[in-house]
Amino acid sequence: MSKRDDASILPANPPHGEPKLGYLPVADIPHKPRVTDTDPKAARRAERQVAGMFILSMLLVVLFVVAFVTIDVATVIYVPVLGEVGASNLALGLTFGGAVFLIGAGAIQWAKKLMPDVEVVQERHNMTSPKDDTEEVAATYERGKEESGFARYPIIRRTLIGALALFPIPLIVMLRDLWQTPAGANPVEILSSTSWRDGERIVPDIGHNTGENVPGIRPEEIPVGGLVSALPMSIKDLKDDVVANMRDRGKSAIILVRMDPEEIRSQQGEGWDYQGILAYSKICTHVGCPIALYEHRTHHLLCPCHQSTFDLADSGDVIFGPAARRMPQLPIRIDEEGYLVAASDFAEPVGPSFWERG
Amino acid sequence: MKFLSNRRRKPWVATALLAMALLFVGGGYAAVSSTAPAEAAMGSQTQVEEGKRLFLEGCSSCHGLQAEGSMNGPSLIGVGAASVHFQVATGRMPMSAPGAQAPAKEVFYTEDEIAAMSAWVASLAPGPAIPTAEQLDFADADVAEGGVLFRINCAQCHQAAGGGGALTDGKYAPSLMNATPQEIYEAMLTGPQNMPIFSDETLPVAEKQQILAYIDALQQAPSPGGLSLGRLGPVVEGLFMWTAVFAALIAAAVWIGIKAR
Repeated sequence: MSKRDDASILPANPPHGEPKLGYLPVADIPHKPRVTDTDPKAARRAERQVAGMFILSMLLVVLFVVAFVTIDVATVIYVPVLGEVGASNLALGLTFGGAVFLIGAGAIQWAKKLMPDVEVVQERHNMTSPKDDTEEVAATYERGKEESGFARYPIIRRTLIGALALFPIPLIVMLRDLWQTPAGANPVEILSSTSWRDGERIVPDIGHNTGENVPGIRPEEIPVGGLVSALPMSIKDLKDDVVANMRDRGKSAIILVRMDPEEIRSQQGEGWDYQGILAYSKICTHVGCPIALYEHRTHHLLCPCHQSTFDLADSGDVIFGPAARRMPQLPIRIDEEGYLVAASDFAEPVGPSFWERG
Repeated sequence: MKFLSNRRRKPWVATALLAMALLFVGGGYAAVSSTAPAEAAMGSQTQVEEGKRLFLEGCSSCHGLQAEGSMNGPSLIGVGAASVHFQVATGRMPMSAPGAQAPAKEVFYTEDEIAAMSAWVASLAPGPAIPTAEQLDFADADVAEGGVLFRINCAQCHQAAGGGGALTDGKYAPSLMNATPQEIYEAMLTGPQNMPIFSDETLPVAEKQQILAYIDALQQAPSPGGLSLGRLGPVVEGLFMWTAVFAALIAAAVWIGIKAR
């Protein structure tokens, strides 16, 4: 058994009198006695405190059992600060938590106030290895270097380093396969295009049934200050293909907002609005959170994830936050039946940056 | 009179006089103002006139004498009765002080007075009407569909559990936990403050009812653990753990380590 292990289990010698075998030596520093060492009343008080905590712990355990049996699980009570709380949860948590805490607190109080209070010398063994060990390791290393010829054959040494440097490359290249595409499909093209094309009807996003039983959105249905989360009508063809549906949503989701045409300071293309109705991607250009947090008086679009802010009255430019690129705008027009349709796909890839996009 | 003049310099006289004056003025005002709702209820034309009177008294300093708006407040022409009811019945209007946003507070006007003001504003130009009981009846609406619509249209600002959240420059989306179905419906129709408008055409009545049903379910949902922390989710709960609970643990460790006196 080493000296350090001894130190953690051995008690200290009494501060006065003959040193005893099996006890640690008392440190030679000034000792400041505690109140409980000098005042017997304080010592008795501390004793009562500790015993009181243990008794209270026992009481709480009894209360726990009582609460468990008597309180209906569905009972809700109002507690200041906490608000509406399940009475059973609260009672069980407080009683059991309190019981366990008081056992610990009592033990600590006991150790601090009543157990011997002495400063002891606790010896710690040397951190460095013995000289023999270090010399032996160094000798083994030298002998290995000598016998393997690592220093003698520089061409082997260098080619080995080269091989080890290159071997992780396949692991990195294979990351590209994490994007599962149909055979032969180019991920860059998939990321760069959406389902929007000239004449594609815009329909309000209502979840699973989007595009069913809705002919589209008429411009007069969107008031100034209005906001519509929308998708291409073609999403309904993907209704039963969950993966394709979510992928399409992840790229094609847009918001339509309407503002007074005089308030539009600039757009990403000439006449891309329809009478003040602007269509912007709903996917943040930072890391792709869906955004519809639109302030209709300031025309700011705010991403709840990292607070990137886009000014939709000014080409969707970034005015705050970590997004590096403006929000892509979708050119829109109306078709012969008077419904809002896309005039083309987005002119730039939507969503966050990717390697090939630069 | 001698009784009075003998006592006019006593120290309690000022207090008594003040109390009498306050009683007289307050009682007089109460007598006058309590007659107003009775008049308002009499007929539509009277109601509109009463609404105009209340508007000139309480709102025109910011919204203009003809509700045409000013530097301090927007025009109310065409905002509709729903907008007036939402703003006044939640206490947002009249604003107590100019600021980033008008907070909901104690309601200043009675139901009849609000109805009168709504009637007058609605008489200026057509606008969204106060939703009917039929529109607000969400008893048969699908809560799950409402949840989907809520997450698409509302959750970005109001949080998925309706606890509300921050916007830019000190503005915020309020919590929906105490909002009535009528207030929520009116807010969707009229777009108060910076909230966009969700018209009945792009978000039809049936879908609005589903959203109402979902918010109602959120409001009824119990929080068995208490201290819901704004129902903002794991980020806030984690932050609470790292700050409050860790601070308590550190305090306990310090207590264990400190030398007893």
